[in-house]
Amino acid sequence: MTGHDRRLAARLENVGLRYRKVVALDAITLDLPAGCVIGLIGPDGVGKSSVLSLIAGSRQIQSGTVQVLGGDMADAGYRAEVCPRIAYMPQGLGKNLYPDLSVVENIAFFSRLFGQSASERAWRTAELLHATGLTPFADRAASKLSGGMRQKLGLCCSLIHDPDLLILDEPTTGVDPLSRRQFWELIEVMRSRRPGMSLMVATAYMEEAGRFDWLVAMNDGRVLATGSPSELKASTGGATVEDAFIALLPAEQRAGHKAIEIPPWRNPDGHPVIVANDITCRFGDFTAVDKVSFTIGRGEIFGFLGSNGCGKTTTMKMLTGLLPATEGTALLFGQPLDATDMTLRRRVGYMSQSFSLYTELTVRQNLTLHAHLYHLPAGKAQARIAYLVNRFGLADYLTHRALDLPLGIRQRLSLAVAIVHEPELLILDEPTSGVDPLARDRFWELLIELSRDQDVTIFVSTHFMNEAERCDRVSLMDSGRVLATDTPARLIAARGAANLEGAFIAFLEQASGPRIAPVAATTDHADQPRTRVRRWFSPRRLFAYTIRETLELLRDPIRLSFGLFGTALLMLVFGFGISTDVNNLSFAVLDRDQTPESRAYLEELRGSTYFIEESPLIDCNDLERRLKDGAVSAAIEIPPGFGRDIARGRPTWVNATVDGAMPFRAQTIRGYLEGMHQTYLTDPAVRTTVPAAPPPADIEIRFKYNQDFKSMYAMVPTIISLLLALFPAILTALAVVREKEMGSITNLYVTPVTRIEFLVGKQLPYIGVAMINFAVMCIMALFIFRVPLTGSFPVLLLGALIYVTTTTAYGMLISAFTKTQIAALFGTAILTVLPAVQFSGMMTPVASLAGSAQLMGRAFPMSYFVPISVGTFTKGLGFADLAPDLVALAVFVPVLLLLNRMLLRKQER
Amino acid sequence: MRKIANIFWLGTKELRSFSHDFVLLGLVIYAFSFAVTMQARSSAQELHNASIAIVDEDNSELSRRIAQAFLPPYFKPPRMITEADIVPKMNAGAFTFVVDIPPHFQRDVLGGRRPDLQVNVDATAVVQAGLGAGYAQQIITAEIAGFMSKAEHTQLSPVNLVVHIAFNPNATTACFSSVMGIINDVTMLAIILSGAAIVREREHGTMDHLLVMPLTPFEIAMSKVWANGLVITVAAGLSLYIVVKTILGIPIAGSIPLFMVGVVIYLFFATAIGIFMGTVARSMPQLGLLYMLIYMPMNMLSGSNTPLESMPHWLAVAVRISPSTHFVSFAQAILYRGAGLSVVWPRFLATATIGGLFFWLALRRFRSVAARTT
Repeated sequence: MTGHDRRLAARLENVGLRYRKVVALDAITLDLPAGCVIGLIGPDGVGKSSVLSLIAGSRQIQSGTVQVLGGDMADAGYRAEVCPRIAYMPQGLGKNLYPDLSVVENIAFFSRLFGQSASERAWRTAELLHATGLTPFADRAASKLSGGMRQKLGLCCSLIHDPDLLILDEPTTGVDPLSRRQFWELIEVMRSRRPGMSLMVATAYMEEAGRFDWLVAMNDGRVLATGSPSELKASTGGATVEDAFIALLPAEQRAGHKAIEIPPWRNPDGHPVIVANDITCRFGDFTAVDKVSFTIGRGEIFGFLGSNGCGKTTTMKMLTGLLPATEGTALLFGQPLDATDMTLRRRVGYMSQSFSLYTELTVRQNLTLHAHLYHLPAGKAQARIAYLVNRFGLADYLTHRALDLPLGIRQRLSLAVAIVHEPELLILDEPTSGVDPLARDRFWELLIELSRDQDVTIFVSTHFMNEAERCDRVSLMDSGRVLATDTPARLIAARGAANLEGAFIAFLEQASGPRIAPVAATTDHADQPRTRVRRWFSPRRLFAYTIRETLELLRDPIRLSFGLFGTALLMLVFGFGISTDVNNLSFAVLDRDQTPESRAYLEELRGSTYFIEESPLIDCNDLERRLKDGAVSAAIEIPPGFGRDIARGRPTWVNATVDGAMPFRAQTIRGYLEGMHQTYLTDPAVRTTVPAAPPPADIEIRFKYNQDFKSMYAMVPTIISLLLALFPAILTALAVVREKEMGSITNLYVTPVTRIEFLVGKQLPYIGVAMINFAVMCIMALFIFRVPLTGSFPVLLLGALIYVTTTTAYGMLISAFTKTQIAALFGTAILTVLPAVQFSGMMTPVASLAGSAQLMGRAFPMSYFVPISVGTFTKGLGFADLAPDLVALAVFVPVLLLLNRMLLRKQER
Repeated sequence: MRKIANIFWLGTKELRSFSHDFVLLGLVIYAFSFAVTMQARSSAQELHNASIAIVDEDNSELSRRIAQAFLPPYFKPPRMITEADIVPKMNAGAFTFVVDIPPHFQRDVLGGRRPDLQVNVDATAVVQAGLGAGYAQQIITAEIAGFMSKAEHTQLSPVNLVVHIAFNPNATTACFSSVMGIINDVTMLAIILSGAAIVREREHGTMDHLLVMPLTPFEIAMSKVWANGLVITVAAGLSLYIVVKTILGIPIAGSIPLFMVGVVIYLFFATAIGIFMGTVARSMPQLGLLYMLIYMPMNMLSGSNTPLESMPHWLAVAVRISPSTHFVSFAQAILYRGAGLSVVWPRFLATATIGGLFFWLALRRFRSVAARTT
């Protein structure tokens, strides 16, 4: 690699960073030379990623100064100017990529973010695909790419705009050695085409760091040393970078560290513990594990070596009985595998990839819980826990929650938990990923002790070569198949390689045939169009987000069907279900008189369409009982002598008892009864002795807009407003938070896209979805609920368009405060449903609300759409009547947009 | 015996996890305290603060008397408008009621000419319109009668109607909506807590861990039922005693212990459906979306918000299957009408049966789905 020149790519002075209480960077000062490959080395969580994200401008500077390519990164103006010269690939394979998008669509998205024209995009994409050998896979979805290919795609997306500084955060973690080697070859090619380009790489693979030009060794938020690999090795006297790194660590951390020695395996000839015969696992048409066979003997340490996603985990899950094998057989302790066999499970310990601990429980609680679940007798459990705590060095942490433990300790606790019941077989799925080399060695000391001293069979998977070398035998895995199984020494010998990595690469090459080598650029593109980056606003960047969001939505069946059919379903249920009509009421009669007069009185009730009569009541107890169990809603009692009293002209009383459990219904029933009583009194057909005097005035009640007074005419348009408030808001809130959770929000931080472009670009597809919902609900209102549209449809349409623009923006507003999708979902639901149902005129008109409630209602857009929706559907209104509401709604649009822009950060904090 | 011990120990783990999840804890406290009092005080289902205007074309003693009779809390102080304002103001939704008193109203009443008085009601304000129209009619009739009684003697009607409202004499909303609020919260939290407990274990990989241990899906599911059920039972009980009885001062007719037995049975159903949804959803957001689609109808149509009688027949039959309808129904019977076990047992049985069905479905899906997510 080329030597470095004297210019600086970046300069950090006294840079500090803390996440709440945790110090991530402790006043770091660092000069990083330009034009060379700089490696940041150290285990997980020491601050490598923090340094890189500060240099990329993706994270906000808390203290100190960061200068990149000659300017101050604290200055937002300079960041906007310099970001087209920087490319940043965050940690986690393809974290800034979009898994549902194809290879070309991903590249096109990034190209648009840098405002490139279609013609520039075309030649750049073709060139990069050709150089990386991805051309044949151009239309494959990113989620279906192998780790190595995904990494190349990430590189294509980073290089689309010819950056001067390329920042790669752990680009090769979890990738097979062949892909890793090819990746570095590709980087070399890219550098040869752009000789001035500086490269910064963080890595946990120490052997990889050996070929970088310049290294920064980091530990615990501090820089241990800087210099070229040879300088570091010379100054510490280590033979490899890993040795040098260990030598650089503080003395107390190194204490007790010694090179690992593995005593030989005592009886390789005992009964096999695991026998796998051609086991296969398919998910749909995808074969995760393809005819894998191996035998593991008692007390053996058996390793599975391979990249992420090559089938290691799936194989292990099949052997624990978690997944049924599609084909093939497996024997455990000589018996066929049976997932329901509890005695078998007691003989196995399992540690899954994600440190399967209850992180809210303390160390002691985790241990005792497992002792209980395995039913260790109380005395024995105590002794066992005491032994484990002592042997695994957990005594200082007993009352700590697992969540607060350092990774290395947490991993030891996981192992302790997995062996609390003294299993004969241990299945460990990548137990050491992310842990520093020293902690890894300590962990292996425990494994070796278990295997050699206690004859525990250990089946372990890893992607670290030096761990694989410690196993008695290793299976090399790739794409669901086992390439070879043997002792590490014999594998190396079989391929005539220098080490296990070389042997693995040789096996991989043999299995897959020669892969396409990266090619250097042949044509000169000096005459091709290149776009200048626009600073303030670019429709191309805006549509980059719109196009991407639309594609993602179309490919996510869950969100799409929720977005399209959720409203229709709820509309159907609510439209018929939420009704304030009170009818079909059941009543029963206790007629103690049984005369023509009493029957004449009851006739009035029986003729009503509101009431349905149940069998007559027998006595007072019956009346009470039937009201109690809800069999009747109202009971009418006519006193004895009712007819006689009428005949004699003596006033008489009828008693009605109404079920008051539901106050609204009770009041309405009372209203009905009183109304019927009035009709009875004035009914000329009823011959009571003295006709009542006619009332002095006629009071005429005119139900305007809704003569039949059916609640559906008012409820259906209101429900449209409610659902258009709820669903679009949830969908947009999820859309923004999803990017935060997946990590692709980084693209907002480090590319020239502005916040307005991001917000509006993402909002547009959801406005489209909401308008489709609106159309569907209008059709349902007209044809299923038969609510006629009496007013102006254009006004309704215009109102709906402005309204869904505000509700989608409202969802974005909520997403500004939430970090996870589940919080966004419930946050939006709670913050939308309450103002929508209570304060926006759904049940109670806004005008009738008291002080603060009315204020809340006025500040929520639905209050202004309900009058438009009800007005155009039921009241027959047009533009002139509804103009004030339309204007009020329209005011929300710029206000919410500006508020959202203010709350959205252009950098991570 | 081992089974019970396993269920117990797994459940204690569940409780410990829960007590550390401050977001869920906050949600539970909010739902059973603040949300309940807010719903109780919302007066959404009674006539309250209705906006009214009066067009007084008579300007007589009687017309002024009528205008002054519309009083808070039922009505806002009436506003005087002109006849020409009626249509535009009602179109804009400024008033729900407009009383139009014609010219010479008092003279015609006294002269026995039975003049017409108009009450215009905005029938799109469905709750207020119906109740308010009746009120307005009564108020005006009473005022005219009062005015007339000064002029001449009126006699008592030959037949009179006395309407008692049983179980809730004043027909106040708070009494109804506070308890219905608790019922809705029970459904909401039981589904969220148990569903989230399953999805969380799957996302953290601890579900794999449990399934590799000598534990059956039945034990795992049962531990979540009892632990989450316990949390909600305690919260609902406290809410009923402290918030409803003490703070809101609402009388409760029936036996709270019997109601709590019903809650426990209902929780078996609600946590079971939560667990079932947890096995269907692949991630938290999916669980959330699924929850919205299932909970909203279950809640809105349970009879806790609007009367069941007015639904179309097919829908009424469908909701009768939902245990939330049984829950609301037996809660009303026990708490308001003081019904005993002899009345409510069929509903208890129905709830338990449907709960058992979902529990069985959840168990069937458990193993096949649990391992598949990574």
